[in-house]
Amino acid sequence: MALLRISSPHTHRALGTGSVMRTVVLATLPGLAVLTYFFGLGTLHNVLLASIAALGFEALVMKLRHRPVMFYLRDCSALVTGVLLGLALPPYCPWWLVVLGSGIAIILAKQLYGGMGFNPFNPAMVAYVVLLISFPLQMSQWAAPLDIGGQTPGVVVALEQIWLGQGIDGYTAATPLDTIKQNSTLLVSDAYLQDPVLSAGQFAGAGWEWVNIAFLAGGAFLLYRRIFTWHAPVAMLLSLSLMAFLFYDGGSSTSGGSIVFHLLSGGTMLGAFFIVTDPVSSAVSNKGRLIYGALIGVLIYIIRIWGNYPDAIAFAVLLMNFAAPFIDYYTLPRTYGHSKSQRATKKDDT
Amino acid sequence: MSDTNQWGDIAQKGLWNNNPALVQLLGLCPLLAVSGSVVNALGLGLATMLVLTSSNMAVSLIRKTVSDAVRLPAFVMIIASLTTCIELLMQAYTYELYTILGIFIPLIVTNCAILGRADAFASKNPILPAAWDGFMMGLGFTLVLVTLGAIREIIGSGTLFANMHLLFGEVGRNWTLTLFADYPGFLVAILPPGAFIITGILIAGKNVIDKHLADKAAAQKDKPVKGSKRVRTTGKIA
Repeated sequence: MALLRISSPHTHRALGTGSVMRTVVLATLPGLAVLTYFFGLGTLHNVLLASIAALGFEALVMKLRHRPVMFYLRDCSALVTGVLLGLALPPYCPWWLVVLGSGIAIILAKQLYGGMGFNPFNPAMVAYVVLLISFPLQMSQWAAPLDIGGQTPGVVVALEQIWLGQGIDGYTAATPLDTIKQNSTLLVSDAYLQDPVLSAGQFAGAGWEWVNIAFLAGGAFLLYRRIFTWHAPVAMLLSLSLMAFLFYDGGSSTSGGSIVFHLLSGGTMLGAFFIVTDPVSSAVSNKGRLIYGALIGVLIYIIRIWGNYPDAIAFAVLLMNFAAPFIDYYTLPRTYGHSKSQRATKKDDT
Repeated sequence: MSDTNQWGDIAQKGLWNNNPALVQLLGLCPLLAVSGSVVNALGLGLATMLVLTSSNMAVSLIRKTVSDAVRLPAFVMIIASLTTCIELLMQAYTYELYTILGIFIPLIVTNCAILGRADAFASKNPILPAAWDGFMMGLGFTLVLVTLGAIREIIGSGTLFANMHLLFGEVGRNWTLTLFADYPGFLVAILPPGAFIITGILIAGKNVIDKHLADKAAAQKDKPVKGSKRVRTTGKIA
C-alpha cells in the first residue's frame, strides 16, 4: 500500500546536459569500433587525444574566466566536441593536428562566443574546416580500409606515425568519394569492378559502408532515447537522396554516384545524426529543423560533386549554421490559443 | 591647450587613444586584405601614411576657401589625385610590390580613415597640426598593419620579413628570418579568416592594456600621498 503521495511530474528521467552528452558519446561507440576495425588504431587514438585536449582547453578557459572548472567539465559538452572532432579527422594524422583542432574548437569556436549554448557554429566542424583549409596535405590522407590494405598498422607503427611523423607508406588510399569524384572515363558500374576500394565493398565502398551503418545504428539509438527529434537528420538524408537520384543519370562516367553510395560514404551518417542534430547551432522549431536539415543535404551534394573538397559535411553544416537564426525567424511555431501563426515578419505598421 | 601639449596630444591620439585601425576601425578593407606578410603591410602602410599626411596638408590649406556644401567632393578629389601620385610612384620604383598590392593601392582613396581625418581634423586646423595629425594617424595605422602582417606571417608561413627586397631593393633579399624549420604552414592565418581573428585579438589586447592602465591610475589616485593629512587625525603619515 503506497501511502506516499508524490505530486507531478512523475517522470524520473532527468535530462540534464551531462546525461544527454554522455548518451551521445555512448552512441558514437559502434561507429568508433567499426572505424577502428577497418582503419586500425588511428581513429581511436584521435578520439582519445582530442577528448583529453578538448577537456584540457575547456578547463584552461574556465580557469581564465574564473568559472567553476569541474561544474563545466561535468556537462561533457567539451568531451562530445573532442569525440566528434576525433572521429572526423583522418586516422594517423600527426598529434599536433588533433591538439590544434581541439584548441580551435574549444577556445575559438566555443568559448570566445561565450561558451556552452552560445556558439553560433558547431565547434568540431569549425575546427575541422580550419584544419582542412590550413593543412590540406595532412587532412586528405585517409588510411586504406582493412579489406584492401591487407592489414592495419600495428600499435608501434601507428604511434611512430602519429607522434614522430615517420610516414607509413602503402597504408593510405583514395576514399570512395575521392574515387568517384576523380573518375571521368569509367561508367559507375565499371568503376565498381575495377577500383580496389569500390570493388571490395558490398554497396558503397570497402569499410565506409559499415562505418556509416554503425553510425546509423548509434543515431537510431539516440532517436529512440529521444535525445533529438527526427526532423533534421531525416530531412538531410532525404534531400541528399533526392539530389543523388536527380543527378545519378543511370551511372555514366560523369555521374555523381547512386543514392546508396551517397548515404553510405564519407561522413553522411556521422553528420546526419551527430553533427546536424547539435541543439545549439541548429534551428529550433520542428519546421525549422526540416528546412535546416534539407538544405544541408542539398549543400552536401553540391559541394561533394561540384566543389573542390571530397567531403562536404563540415562546409554544409557551417553554411547552414549561418542560416539557422534566419530560418528560426521565418518558422516561428503557432502559439497555443492563437488562431493564426504569428509570423516574425509581420509588421505592426502595415 | 599649450603648444607643446597639443603636439603630444595629437601623437598620442593617432598612435593609441584614437588609433584608426584599432579604435575607429576605419580602413579595415586594406587592413585585412593585404596584411598577409610584413612587406605587403609595410608597403601599403607607407603609401597610406603619405597620402594621409599630404591630403591633410592640402585640405588644411583650402579649408577657408571651400564652402561647407561642397567640401566632401573637394576632399575626395584631393585624396584621389594624391593617391594617383603614390600609385605612379610605386609603379615606378617598386613595381613588383605594386603588382602584388594591386587594386588596394587605388582603393586608398576609399579608405575612410583618410576622409575622416580630412573632415574631422584638417578642415578645422592650421597646416602644421594637420600635417602632424595625418602623419601620426598614418603611423598608427601602419604600425597596426605591420604588427598584423608580422603575426600573420609568423603563424601562416613561419617566416618574418620575407621578400623585403620588394620594398628595399637588393639589400632586403636576405633579411628573411626563418623561425621554424619544416614549418607546415598554418594557412588559415594568411587567408581572410585569420585576418579577422587576429585583428579581433589585437583589439582585445589593446582593451586589456587600457583597462589595466585605467585600474592602475585609479589605484594611484586613491593611495595616500606621503606627508598628506588623514581626514580625522592630526598626525602626519610617516
